[in-house]
Formats: sequence, C-alpha cells, structure tokens
Amino acid sequence: MPLLSGSYDGASFFELLQHDFPHLLPFQHLQAVPQLASSELRLPQAVPFATTILALRFVDGVVVAGDRQATEGFEVASRRIEKVYKADDYSVIAIAGAAGPCLEMVKLFQVEMEHYQKIEGETLALDGKANKLAQMVKQNLPAAFQGLIVVPIFAGYDLRTQQGCIFKYDVTGGRYDEQQFYATGSGGKEARSTLKKFFKADLSRDAALALALEALVDAADVDVGTSGPDIVRGIYPVVKIVTRDGVADVAEVELRPLSEKLLTALQG
Amino acid sequence: MAMPFYVSPDQVMQDKAEYARKGIAKGRSIVTLEYAEGLLLMAENPSASLNKISEIYDRIAFAGVGKYSEFENLRKAGIRYADLKGYAYSRQDVTTKSLANAYSETMGTIFTRDPKPLEVEILVVEVGETPAQNEMYHVSFDGTITDRRQFAIIGGQAERIRTYLQDHYRPDLTLAEALALSRQSLLAGYERLPAEESALEVGLLERRRRGRKFYRMPQAEVAQVLATANHGA
Repeated sequence: MPLLSGSYDGASFFELLQHDFPHLLPFQHLQAVPQLASSELRLPQAVPFATTILALRFVDGVVVAGDRQATEGFEVASRRIEKVYKADDYSVIAIAGAAGPCLEMVKLFQVEMEHYQKIEGETLALDGKANKLAQMVKQNLPAAFQGLIVVPIFAGYDLRTQQGCIFKYDVTGGRYDEQQFYATGSGGKEARSTLKKFFKADLSRDAALALALEALVDAADVDVGTSGPDIVRGIYPVVKIVTRDGVADVAEVELRPLSEKLLTALQG
Repeated sequence: MAMPFYVSPDQVMQDKAEYARKGIAKGRSIVTLEYAEGLLLMAENPSASLNKISEIYDRIAFAGVGKYSEFENLRKAGIRYADLKGYAYSRQDVTTKSLANAYSETMGTIFTRDPKPLEVEILVVEVGETPAQNEMYHVSFDGTITDRRQFAIIGGQAERIRTYLQDHYRPDLTLAEALALSRQSLLAGYERLPAEESALEVGLLERRRRGRKFYRMPQAEVAQVLATANHGA
C-alpha cells in the first residue's frame, strides 16, 4: 500500500473511504443487490439481528445497556453478542438491527473518532460525533429498505455542558435528542414502558443501573428476540456508564446480584 | 536546434541534497530515546498548537523536523495509512516497519522525481511489549532509512546531540531521568546557549497504557517532572 495513493485531504476517515477506497465501505456491497427484499431470501431469517438496547440519564451522566441475544428468524444466533461499545473516551454507541452492518458501523465509527482526533489534534464535540453517526446511518438507507436496518443509540458525556446526552436515530439518518431515556430494538417498546414508569430526574448511579436492568428484564419477558440475564450460563447484559471520568464498564460482580434480585421478583 | 545544457545526475543529486540539508539545518532538533517504561520524544517548539510530535497508531509515534507543511502532510498520510490498514485488516497488522518503508519509498521517489526535494527528516518509532521489541526508524529527505537503538536524533544540531548522548545515555532510565537527559542533550546541541529556553513539546509512548500508548505530556507536567529530577540530582 503506497503512502499517498488517494487525493482526499480532510480529517474524516469515513469520507476518506468514500473518496478513495469505496470498496472498503460497509454499505457499498448492499446497494449492489437491489432485488434482495423481493427474492427468495427472507432477511430476518437469513442474517442475525441484534435487539434491545437502551440509554437513560442520571445525575452524573448516562447509563447505556443492551441484552446479549442475536436472533436469526426463530433461532438464537448468539447468546453473547455485544451491542454496546465504547466509541471514544466520553461516548458509547449501542446498536440494534442487522448484526453484520451494525458491527461494521460501530467499527467504522470508532475509527472515525480516533482518526479525526489524530489528524486534527483535538476531539469532536459530542454534537459533532452525533451528527457524524447520523451521516453513516443515512448512508445505510438503501440497505435498510432491503431489511438490513441499523438503528443506533449514541450517548455520551458532554464536557462543555457537564451532563450526559442521549441521541436516537431513525433509518433515514434522522437524529433526535432525548432528554431522559430511550430504548429501541425488538424489545424497545417494552423497555421504554418500564423506563417511562420509573424514570425520575436526578437518579443516582445505582438507581439508574437497577432501572436499566429492570427494563431489559421486562423486555425479555415479553419479546422473544431479547434475552434476560442468564444466571445459569453467567451471561449478563452489557452495561456502560459515561461520566466526566470517562466510560466505565459495569462488572459482572455488580450485575449478578442485581439480576438475581430482579429474576426472583418474577417468581411473584 | 538549441541543446539544453548537460548536467550530470551526480551534480543534480548533490544540489538537491544540499538544498534539503540547508532547509533541515534551520530547524531545531528532536531527540527520542528509550527509557525503562517506553519511548520519549522531545522537541523544542515555541508553538503550542503546531506540533512536531504526533500519535500515528496504538504503539507508533511520529516526529518531523524541517518544513512544517511538508512533514505535516507526511504525518497525515501516515495516520491515513495506519488507520486504513488497521480497518481493513486488524490493529495488530499495523507495523512500524511497513509504515517506515512506505515513508522511505515516498520520500525517495519525491527526491529523485520532483524538482524540489522535501526539506524534512522524520522519525517513526514504536514501543514494543518488551524493551527489546522497541523500534526506531529515521527516514531522511532522500528516503534513506536507518534503524536506531537507544536514541535517535533529527534536525540541524543532530551531530552534537549524538555525541552528548553517546557519552551520557544509559539503559533503564526512569521517566524523570529520560526527560532531564533529553533536555540536556538538546541544550548540548547549541554552539552558544540561547538567551531563554524555548518551550518543550514532549510525547511519550508508555508501555503500561492499555490500547493507545501515546501520551502528550502537558507543559506544566514537563516542567514539574524536570524540577523534581533536578532537585533529586
């Protein structure tokens, strides 16, 4: 690979690919198959889909969580898929939709953040990151029409305004700010009901974490595409918390007792 | 028919090299050296925003002297090269050796083909998992690539600094010692000491860091560590 092969001279990795290396773009190959949706291949049965993800604000930042199941038609494609990823030091991205394109978008977005930071010597504002992601979702629109939907939630800590922020997206790349909480994916509606019922402004970290888990358990209870905490196998939702100190993973030692408590409550 | 004057290739190359060297000699030097926990890069840089030292990838850093616009372009090209490779393959596949070779190739081609050679010298360095796996490459304006150990210097006063480091460098320096030694060596580069010391730009590749190893040390921290190092001495 020669050093100066392209002519693009900006700070965006995504645009660099579009401009000089379109064959590396995740969305390109999908656009080349226009008749996918009407053909024999029924996508929800043919590729794994990632389901419920959610985010909610609390007093010091934002909690983002996702269950661990990927579904392929009526089958479980994976019990351990991760849907919540660190995007950079102060933001995370959670994904719902067709797993392959979702994961590619996460990877591209992570490189985009890092690339910009290295080229420009400074990080994008949280708003700038959210807009960048919107452009990527928009690029995926032709694939979305064929059933390969990617719907992320982007959340982070805004160092300027000193608060957690949540952004939701639609398949057209529409970007919307959420003031309190949001959940999407196949169990999203169920999770939103729980969040709506128990959400309060100024939740503590622990209360927000417990609420996030409860919303996922409720979603799993109703939605076949969502898995709850799996105590037998030791599989727990992925939960990340963003505060002014950066992104932190919630460890299994903390998730386990919380999950047990919630599952015991189901016994009634 | 008018014939163009014949100029021997020898003469052309010599002239180009001299031109490039003159440009580089104007720039202040950059020193990089291995210490116990990683690699240290230090430049005298009056500007806080126009950097000479930069992160390229997880374990790889870049330093350039000479014409700012030229090494800045090389720096960006290196970041693009590394990010593309890491994206298309995997993060482990981005190696300093291949990056340094790509730089060498590009700079060599420009030197022979373009009327104006690049007036830059660059360093591409990598912190290894063990000190033995550290890598330091020096790429010159004509694409000449050299593999260095322990320390490497680029810029106008390189010879004098090299002599100083040959006498004073030892392996397993602490960070404070490495900072102090780097600064001393930069000062040793001057024939006559400047009236006031210029601001220092410091970048570290720290082995203990997870993921991206590069750390740009803020000037206040540099001053503080240097103060304690001097105090201890």
